[in-house]
Amino acid sequence: MSRAGWIVLALALVALPWVAGEYYVNLSSQILIAAIFAASLNLLVGYGGLPSLGHASYLGMAAYVSAWLSLKFGLEHWITAPAALAATTLMACVFGWIALRATGLGFLMITLALSQVLWGLGYRWVSVTNGDNGLSSLTRPAPFGISLESAIAFYYFALIVTVASIWLMARLVASPFGAGLRGTRDQPRRMAALGYNVWRVRWLTFVYAGFWGAVSGLLYVYYHKYIHPSSLALSSSAEALLGVIAGGAGTLAGPIVGAGVVLILKNYASAYIERWNMLLGFVFLAIILFMPDGLVPGLRRAWTRLRGDKA
Amino acid sequence: MDAIAGGQGVTPALEIDDLCKSFGGLPATNHVSLSVLPGERRLIIGPNGAGKTTLFNQITGDFLPDSGKVRLFGRDITRLAPHQRAQLGIARTYQIITLFPKDTLEHNVALALLGLKPSRWNAFRRLAADTALYEEARRALALVQLEPLAKRSIGEISYGEKRRVEIALALAQRPKLLLLDEPLAGLSRDERAAVKQLIDSIPRATTVVLIEHDMDTALELAEQITVLHYGSVIVEGTRAEVVADPKTREVYLGH
Amino acid sequence: MQFWVIQTLNSLALGGLLFLLSSGFSLIFGLMRIANLTHGALFMLGAYIGVTILKFIPNLWVAALLGGVVVGAFGGLVERFILRRLPGNVLGQVLVTLGISFIIADLCLILWGGDPIPVPTPPALQKPMVIAGVPFPTYRLVVLAIAVVVAIALHFLMERTRLGAMIRAGVDDMQMARAVGIPVSRLFTTVFCLGSALAGAGGILGGPILSAYPGLDADMLPLALIVVILGGVGSLVGAFVGSFIVGFVYTFGIALAPDLAYVILFLPMIFVIAFRPRGLFGRAGA
Repeated sequence: MSRAGWIVLALALVALPWVAGEYYVNLSSQILIAAIFAASLNLLVGYGGLPSLGHASYLGMAAYVSAWLSLKFGLEHWITAPAALAATTLMACVFGWIALRATGLGFLMITLALSQVLWGLGYRWVSVTNGDNGLSSLTRPAPFGISLESAIAFYYFALIVTVASIWLMARLVASPFGAGLRGTRDQPRRMAALGYNVWRVRWLTFVYAGFWGAVSGLLYVYYHKYIHPSSLALSSSAEALLGVIAGGAGTLAGPIVGAGVVLILKNYASAYIERWNMLLGFVFLAIILFMPDGLVPGLRRAWTRLRGDKA
Repeated sequence: MDAIAGGQGVTPALEIDDLCKSFGGLPATNHVSLSVLPGERRLIIGPNGAGKTTLFNQITGDFLPDSGKVRLFGRDITRLAPHQRAQLGIARTYQIITLFPKDTLEHNVALALLGLKPSRWNAFRRLAADTALYEEARRALALVQLEPLAKRSIGEISYGEKRRVEIALALAQRPKLLLLDEPLAGLSRDERAAVKQLIDSIPRATTVVLIEHDMDTALELAEQITVLHYGSVIVEGTRAEVVADPKTREVYLGH
Repeated sequence: MQFWVIQTLNSLALGGLLFLLSSGFSLIFGLMRIANLTHGALFMLGAYIGVTILKFIPNLWVAALLGGVVVGAFGGLVERFILRRLPGNVLGQVLVTLGISFIIADLCLILWGGDPIPVPTPPALQKPMVIAGVPFPTYRLVVLAIAVVVAIALHFLMERTRLGAMIRAGVDDMQMARAVGIPVSRLFTTVFCLGSALAGAGGILGGPILSAYPGLDADMLPLALIVVILGGVGSLVGAFVGSFIVGFVYTFGIALAPDLAYVILFLPMIFVIAFRPRGLFGRAGA
């Protein structure tokens, strides 16, 4: 995207709360959180070629650790946040090691199984997670004493975190490590013969993706001030994956667009349709059968065709 | 057979010691021993199914042998992973093209160059800004006469050109041991001449081991030849010796 | 003593049900390289369909048979009209089966409502069998017996019939199988139907033990996954052994430490993945 395009986008994002009502500001905050979640998953799926159906684990784990530490021990956010991030990243290290004992479908199944185990734990370990009731009465942090209770304040907070995280992820994608990662996706055997430690590249990416998943989890629990085991469920991971694929895996913007679309759909659809999951299922089918590359590459193609016709 | 291998005190570049590998009871590599001296050009030849690629794969680490040893300049590498062997100076090309089809020729070679640099772990710097790397990549492409195509994507070039890019990737690693798996397969006469010239021009600092199954085309490329049949070494020696040996002709009868 | 007996039988019964569920999953995965995430939903669908059939024909065995056939046919349609349009697109196939599982789950919610529907044990089997003075819940024994019979039948199918030979060839080496003229498309559809039918029948047979309830699919799918991870993909023996290991670990886990039952399930799975990534009986290259 051109310089001008970026400036317009930046202005739009910053100006949003001044032109939109509270409902839309809140929706935008949710989209930002989903964007980080989807972008981190995309590192694995799109750039790493490692399809994971267990990404919700990192969102959920960070959310629950943060919630539990503050409810149980009354700790402040400046302690619970790093603790949650550390715990979740550690979990990503372990889960990554386990899952990368396989590749392709084996990897997918293991990430799914691990995530389901965590979900089951979320429901059953009632003494810690409060089971089906979830953990509530949570608070938002107040960085530098600034309250994030208002929609606008939280939006800007989320915006700053999102911009930082996407920027860092973009740097990784454009870096030598990122090139190596894409190489391991396309020709893992060749990469090994060229001297790359393919397993380590994948594992590091897995952990990094888990870290950003954890960041989105913290934002999530701060926004909702509530966490429920359903956030750890397969449908949560599936929505993220749908967002990534719908938007176009292997591009940076795709998953963000896709996450936004999925979230908006969810918000509007659930007002009219009780059975959101069914709609999600049909959307999955439609996109995979008819638009496998995703929206962003499709739109890009349409855009270049339009420009080509003009020239 | 020992015309060159007489070497007192010269550590072989590649030493294979009683290597065995079976797949479900079928011996693909059957007590193979061979020794390649530094700077040598060795051809491993044999009919299809003789176990040549399997042997290669054990040298590169894609397969682990059931028993026996592989040594690189005296160092036991039998159990090392492929990427570790690459770091020690082994490079290879593949029978099937294994390039990165959506990337430019330049980027393909750049990846090969990066593989041996510690900066491949850098997750922050912009790779595209590394002009020195891409210049080095273009120089590597120049070695195979493909520099003009540097910015084209792999998908756009011909099969013969892809084969040359494969060799460029391997040469970019400045290997001590270069393994070429059927580098001439599927090439036209002109392309074959170009690749042969390329192989001839490789400096002696790199030891070259080639696999081919077509005797006529490959003979000129090597000084020492090892003939494999059903996973075993049946003839070994200089060109003249191997061609004269009745066992060789037996193996190729009706091929 | 009573406790151990009951829990052991529960474990065996659950293991039997899991075998019905995961044998199909394992075959489909092994042959078609498709991780059929619809499988849990097919199990649940079978349970619900069975419930409806029972309203008209109050015979559990008939319901299981008919239910299996219906779910099997549904599976065949899914394979024929959806999965077949995505050859080689591994991720696409997985996501599509996931999408279908969501659709089925909500469909069941619409058609049968949100309350769990209990399935009555067949009257003939309601009285416990008393062996050596210890009462055994009869139905669970019967489920176990059915699973064993099915296992033997599947083994016979795989080892002694032409269909089985074709399946085994396909699992071993798809390209070779095609090359020797095995009708791969028809084989795929057949196996998918078979796997789905087994899952569906398992769902209704499990009715008296588990009931039919929303979320049954989400409860069963991870268990099937763990069975296949443990036992190895494409291996019936693996699915058999894995099913009973999971049956025992899960049942005793829930009975002894309900909070942590899922974690306890975790452990054998991790062990196997760490030391034998292709499962206890799987072939390399899954």
